[in-house]
Amino acid sequence: MMIDLHPNIDAELIPILEEVADPEIPVLTVLDLGVIREAVIRNGKVMIKLTPTYSGCPAMDVIGDDLKAAFLKRGMEAEISLVLAPAWSTDWISEEGKRKMEAYGIAAPLEETADKEALLGNKPLVKCTNCGSTHTRLVSQFGSTACKALFQCEDCMEPFDYFKCLK
Amino acid sequence: MKDQDLYNYILGIADNSLILGQRLGELCGHGPNLETDIALTNIALDLFGQTRSYYQYAAKIAGDGRTEDDIAMLRNERDYKNVLLVEQPNTHFGHVIARQFLFDVYHLQLMNALQHSEDEILVAIARKGVKEVSYHKRFSGDWLKRLGDGTDESKQKIQEAIDHFWPYTDELFDMTDSDKRMADQGIGVDMTALKDDYYKQISEVLDEATLTVPDNPYSKRGGKQGIHTEHMGYILTELQYMQRTYPNMTW
Repeated sequence: MMIDLHPNIDAELIPILEEVADPEIPVLTVLDLGVIREAVIRNGKVMIKLTPTYSGCPAMDVIGDDLKAAFLKRGMEAEISLVLAPAWSTDWISEEGKRKMEAYGIAAPLEETADKEALLGNKPLVKCTNCGSTHTRLVSQFGSTACKALFQCEDCMEPFDYFKCLK
Repeated sequence: MKDQDLYNYILGIADNSLILGQRLGELCGHGPNLETDIALTNIALDLFGQTRSYYQYAAKIAGDGRTEDDIAMLRNERDYKNVLLVEQPNTHFGHVIARQFLFDVYHLQLMNALQHSEDEILVAIARKGVKEVSYHKRFSGDWLKRLGDGTDESKQKIQEAIDHFWPYTDELFDMTDSDKRMADQGIGVDMTALKDDYYKQISEVLDEATLTVPDNPYSKRGGKQGIHTEHMGYILTELQYMQRTYPNMTW
């Protein structure tokens, strides 16, 4: 299936969208995360299509409220609708987003095959966000949120989150 | 209701996820270690997320003013159509893993097949769900092997759990009249066609886990008709407590 990497977003809305961050990973904006699938002005109202990273992601309700608040501050009314298809993929996280994520201490998703090897604990492929070593091990397939797994560096001993590849 | 069959069909799927999610949620803060505790509650979260999508759709079909919350919280026991397997108690970690694995294999088959449904909303939910459920199955399958091929005690306990839940697996493939009509229309999945593959997949993993495939022809069923085991009332008491005590409360 073709995945649209360039959602339909009105240019004038981008600066406002950039102010809204993921409550779980506050260094990432909703645009970095790729969860805004459409943002347009229709009849004086901002219409936003939001897609969840995981079905049960509790951040979605908060993101919806934060978006409304950000637009309301500028006297604009926003209407949020949740869309499920096409399903969100980690490919939609921007390159800038991945850099910010790494700097924040969360290892960015590897590509699909490498991700499977890493999450099965077969190969040390995930790079430690503290010292850069790939001498790391999987501690748990599930981390502090649904989108992450828990790793530990065998060189510097730092435990860190890995953002799981989702395609 | 115009689409009664579709409504019933959606609830049949959604109720399994709701009740299993509730069972896993009971383990929050009580898992055998921190990582497993987090994993099990993460799985519960995925299941609740999927459940919400189903109930939102069901509420739209019902069109009688009920919301997803009303459907989740305000039905009586006989109106829940989950299979008996998912309402069985956690008992010990072996039971949690055995129940999960026996469900995950079925659930992944369902998600894979539902992606080819004629109903585009079910397709969207399944496309999202399939990614999550394959991860659940990887988790429960890994643990099954680790416990089976582990110590004498872990092996004995996980075998006992598999034997205990075995009679509940048959019901996963039962089809109600609504299920059959939905399958005929290409909206629902013909589960009977997936049954052989289910037992084949389970047997392969049990072999790998050095466990014995149970040889018990007896089966227990009833949940799909709303006839539940004694555990269901207790689950609903906890699940519905807030809405029953403070009607119409919201967060």
